[in-house]
Amino acid sequence: MSPPSSRDEILGKIRAARGRSGPVTGAERERLEARLKSRPRGIIPQKARNTGAALVQDFITRARAVEATVQDISSLSEVPDAVAQYLADHNLPAAVKMAPHADLAQIDWSQRPTLTLSEGRSFGQDKVSLTRAFAGIAETGTLMLLAGPDAPTTLNFLPEHHIVILKRSEIVGAYEDAWDAVRDRLGPDGLLTRVVNMITGPSRTGDIEQTIELGAHGPLGLHILVLAD
Amino acid sequence: MQTTSQNFKANSIKALADPNLQQALGKMKVGFVEKRAKARDALPEFDALRDQARDIKNHTLANIDYYLETYEAAVQKSGGVVHWARNAAEARQVVLDICAQEKAKSVTKGKSMVSEEIALNEALEAAGYEVVETDLGEYIIQIRGESPSHIIAPAVHVLKEQVADDFRRKHLHLDPKRSLVERKDLISEARGVLRQKYLDSDVGITGANFLIAETGTSVIVTNEGNGDLTQTLPRVHIVIASLEKIVPTLDDASAILRVLARSATGQEFSSYTTFSTGSKRDADPDGPEAYHVILLDNGRTDMLGTEFEDMLRCIRCGACMNHCPVYGSVGGHAYGWVYPGPMGAVLTPSFIGVADGGHLPNASTFCGRCQDVCPMRIPLPKMMRAYRRKEYEAGLAPPAMRFGMDIWGFVAKRPGLYRLATRLAMGVLGWRGRRQGRFKSLPLASGWTDHRDMAAPSGKTFQDLWDQRHGARTTKDLEREAAQ
Repeated sequence: MSPPSSRDEILGKIRAARGRSGPVTGAERERLEARLKSRPRGIIPQKARNTGAALVQDFITRARAVEATVQDISSLSEVPDAVAQYLADHNLPAAVKMAPHADLAQIDWSQRPTLTLSEGRSFGQDKVSLTRAFAGIAETGTLMLLAGPDAPTTLNFLPEHHIVILKRSEIVGAYEDAWDAVRDRLGPDGLLTRVVNMITGPSRTGDIEQTIELGAHGPLGLHILVLAD
Repeated sequence: MQTTSQNFKANSIKALADPNLQQALGKMKVGFVEKRAKARDALPEFDALRDQARDIKNHTLANIDYYLETYEAAVQKSGGVVHWARNAAEARQVVLDICAQEKAKSVTKGKSMVSEEIALNEALEAAGYEVVETDLGEYIIQIRGESPSHIIAPAVHVLKEQVADDFRRKHLHLDPKRSLVERKDLISEARGVLRQKYLDSDVGITGANFLIAETGTSVIVTNEGNGDLTQTLPRVHIVIASLEKIVPTLDDASAILRVLARSATGQEFSSYTTFSTGSKRDADPDGPEAYHVILLDNGRTDMLGTEFEDMLRCIRCGACMNHCPVYGSVGGHAYGWVYPGPMGAVLTPSFIGVADGGHLPNASTFCGRCQDVCPMRIPLPKMMRAYRRKEYEAGLAPPAMRFGMDIWGFVAKRPGLYRLATRLAMGVLGWRGRRQGRFKSLPLASGWTDHRDMAAPSGKTFQDLWDQRHGARTTKDLEREAAQ
């Protein structure tokens, strides 16, 4: 481990450069604390400011622009058909690893008896996952997913295809709007979930001759089911 | 890594004569530059967002001790451990200690320029660990035994056919008759090979694009998803980040993210922007059991309060090198250390000293494109000029250059003499070159005439034309104009 004096020396050099002999104090410190608490918002681009149906349309258009596929569904009962259709379209085996999420548990799969469903994290054997998003950000067609007991992070990255359910009412304009929603549901310890994933389209790489190819390490396909609510 | 920055000139001559490299660099010019321009044009607020990003970082740097301490407390609250490292050796030792303590055997790495800066792979391998780079570009150069030639596209100098050869040489367990013609073939092979590495590794190491003081969070921005697998699957996640990655809040990070991907790859947003806070919680089904952050100084605090402080705003997007005519001609390896291009020409002498890195700032035409495209509005040419001055003052410039500069300085400081000398030179050269209108060779100017002809001067000197067209204004003229 690094010696404890390293910390003191680094902070000491910063303070010397700033003409201080110790930490920021007094009114200046209060000002910094207030800035941390108030979290001033900067410029929110116009493209992130639509509302209502236009906001939802922005999200869908921009998610498609980054090679995600998007499908509207009017209720959870449409999920089994949508999933089965996606698997058939992509020649995928009839097996889905599902996040142990309360909303997903409500889905009645009995009409699709050939589909094998399992719940939990992935260890790399699953071709397809089904998860529940926390928010959609219209600004860039970005999904926000929060890790937790009902949302294993491995389901977002290991399978070849990632299917995500997002409610229309969860679509916000700007990244900052999504963060406000996250803060509203923080626990009493005030901690963020271990991971917050912002996902914008499927995995890609331009590392071979600058040409973008999909499916580098993460999912080759990202399919978003936008659920009316 | 071994520094060859001192040999920039020799490195460049070699680079210019390398046909594979020249072909690869040719592909870069169209890719990054055009995509960035398109992304900029699609966002009317882009320039205002650049000003805002600059202001956020300046505010942070002015109070960086406060934000680092706030960050540290938040990380500890989330169950993470913060280590402070003054230099590369301390940072390497922290990683080695953690690996030993965890009885690790293999280590996977997400892309991290700071880990290149501290030569981490060499140290881990010397200690007997298997180290696997998981970013596709980093993986390619790792198996080639090279270093990155670009900060966001480390294998930009390698052609597809060369990658295929490397994979055949390295992946001996696969069918030798398999097809590796298409990019897709190569990517899918790397995906398969690396998948098992993630699952087998004990420690995952990533860098950080941002550290967030408000929440004790580290952020990585990737397109492949390799960084996420690297930090999700192993038991231990180590983040290596330099001090200046800190920003106050999630909102501040989001504001800077708006200019990052657009400037880097021309994407509006990268595929994966991941915010990590601490280790796996009790009820979480996956994630690492331990979360460490190494805060690396390695020369940053020496830049605070100096003319090079602006450089600490850099978010490592690579726009400066993508738009640099010198980088575009010689590629990243010629720069001889970790950071190439204009940002490297400032960071290299800052981190390894003017004696070894002081030659890089000379590799600029001062065309100013790097500053024009920098999302953080870093005055790169001004800082390169400052390092040129330092190199000169330290007596490190070559004698011929110093001699020439001394003569030039003597004449330039005497306007009468300067006018006389330029008129004389113009007259003589104009008369000698009056037939061809150009020179195929000139004494003391072979650096120019070896590659192209020098036009023979005709007419008057610049200063004479300036006077003649009343371009020159006296202080009195200016006062009169101001009064009008």
